[in-house]
Amino acid sequence: MHFAEAVRLAFQTIRAQKLKSVFSAVGVFIGVAFLIGAWSIVNGMNVYMTEKFAGTLIGVNTFHLRRRPNFTPNVSDSTWRAWRRRPRISFEDADAVSNGITIPVITAWWSEDRGDVEYGSKKAKQVSLQGATERYFDIRNIRIEQGRAFTPQEARGGATVLVMGHDLADKLFEGRDPLGKSVRIHGIPYRVIGVAERRGNLLGISLDKFVIAPAVSPIQREVNPPGVIDALMVKASSEVEMREAMGQVEGIMRSRRHLRPQQDDNFVLETSEGVLDFWGKINRILLAVGPGLVLIALVVGGIVIMNIMLMAVAERTREIGIRKSLGARRRDILRQFLAESATLAAIGAVLGVATGIGLSVALNAATPLPASVSPVSIVLGVLLGAGVGIVAGVYPASRAARLDPIVALRHE
Amino acid sequence: MPGLQEFRTGDTPQPDIVILTHKLARDYDMGGEVVRALRGVSLQIRKNEYVAVMGPSGSGKSTLMNLVGCLDTPSAGEYWLNGLKVSDLSDDELARIRNKEIGFVFQTFNLLPRATSLHNVELPLIYAGVAAPDRRRRAARALERVGLSDRMAHKPNELSGGQRQRVAIARALVNEPSILLADEPTGNLDSATSAELMGVFADLHRQGQTIVMVTHEHDIAAHAARVVTLRDGLIATDRRQAA
Repeated sequence: MHFAEAVRLAFQTIRAQKLKSVFSAVGVFIGVAFLIGAWSIVNGMNVYMTEKFAGTLIGVNTFHLRRRPNFTPNVSDSTWRAWRRRPRISFEDADAVSNGITIPVITAWWSEDRGDVEYGSKKAKQVSLQGATERYFDIRNIRIEQGRAFTPQEARGGATVLVMGHDLADKLFEGRDPLGKSVRIHGIPYRVIGVAERRGNLLGISLDKFVIAPAVSPIQREVNPPGVIDALMVKASSEVEMREAMGQVEGIMRSRRHLRPQQDDNFVLETSEGVLDFWGKINRILLAVGPGLVLIALVVGGIVIMNIMLMAVAERTREIGIRKSLGARRRDILRQFLAESATLAAIGAVLGVATGIGLSVALNAATPLPASVSPVSIVLGVLLGAGVGIVAGVYPASRAARLDPIVALRHE
Repeated sequence: MPGLQEFRTGDTPQPDIVILTHKLARDYDMGGEVVRALRGVSLQIRKNEYVAVMGPSGSGKSTLMNLVGCLDTPSAGEYWLNGLKVSDLSDDELARIRNKEIGFVFQTFNLLPRATSLHNVELPLIYAGVAAPDRRRRAARALERVGLSDRMAHKPNELSGGQRQRVAIARALVNEPSILLADEPTGNLDSATSAELMGVFADLHRQGQTIVMVTHEHDIAAHAARVVTLRDGLIATDRRQAA
């Protein structure tokens, strides 16, 4: 019997027993659907993190001089305490660094905290309050849709002006023109001079709910102790220049802090790579857990198929006897049952792939989680599914093939 | 038997001998106790003979059928089919012999219940590796020969007992086997249908088919030209009769 013949026969048998076939394929179906779905999320997150997240949070060819890393998964308590003992980045540090770099770069001060912004009787809570200098808009690529950003003079003078995000403007002004209006933060009035272009959201968190005011304006009180900033942002025009600038900044900071050669830095230069490192750690966890779950589903699916096939062999003992009496060899019977279990599993796998893709499309549409189906996962899913079918079919099929034709023919 | 040379170990059968068994024996191990179902049966059947094998239950006639049908291998002795010694062939080689040389007709028909008549008749051709179009043509012709050309798409449960047995005969003959091996072929049929079936066998015999039929009914055995009776695993009588 040819292979194609065996597969055709398998389809006939499966079609004749639809319900049973559906149940037997369900394990593989779930395993493969999960594989495709979970993989698409990890894959989507990867694309998202590398293309959008890191760029949005830090910026291209940009590094931040900070007291401690911002994006760090599970740090030990002792490390955390050590970080908290480090001196903060002061205005003087920032100025010294900005003036000391010989590479052409642009720099900006930056601090952030959360707080309320009021306009008349309206109040927006948990708004990102940011104190920055004028080049911040260039470094973070924040475009002004309405009005303008603040000038270097306003930045140096600490003028009580601010640029706000689109969502915040919508919430406070409800379609009216915000420009020139006065909003209050902790009772202090600021004049709205610009509204930034909409930036969308990141993992479901709005990127447009912020205000940016000059770093040395009264907003400083909301975000940091006097004379201190969260970060000095430095943007170079290329990766190479960024590396060079990082070297210079490290030198400047070490000499300012009188660090001896054997002492570690008590500050950190964070790049988007750092953020990606963080993501890489999450990714590794997902990659360790995900295959385990898929494996469990597939093993269960395999056991189900093996059981169904053993039942099929028992039920069809007479058929096997008939086929043998008509000249079927062991390998013909073996092939018939293997083809059946592999086809069953492959059907489960194909349905699983379809469902997995559907799942990822639905996730994309309904949640902020980015999901994107990886072609590799489809191939792997189908191969794994069919593989499970073959492995699960070996024992029942070889039992069928070994049946004594006389005994099988007499079987009721 | 007149005209037949006595066969000795080391000989090869005469050319027109289809079936030759020499001191054929088959023991079964039934939970430690050895049951000697056949104790040395020597039998020669020529081409185009029509032989009935009779005997009470336990006489060894089923065991003999299984051995002659290459479904089983003997414990001792020789079995030659068409000049080929098959008593020591492997499982797969026996499967090939069953496929090419033997057409079975069973008491319970043994058709695949979910398959159409045509597909049932096609089965031996599938295992012979015949390509699909050729296969279908030959299966259809075999069904025509037994008068079932209008029942090709029917499944066994849509057919009468007699029709089912005809499908089984078509299936047995589709590969043009050397012997037609019938095991109580009328056991599940009423007497009218049985007579009809015996008519089909007689026709086949006239056309040159070698037939070996196991039965315990004397009036069915009466259709055969030669009756071999077994008792306690040995041949008791072997006589020719007028058909």
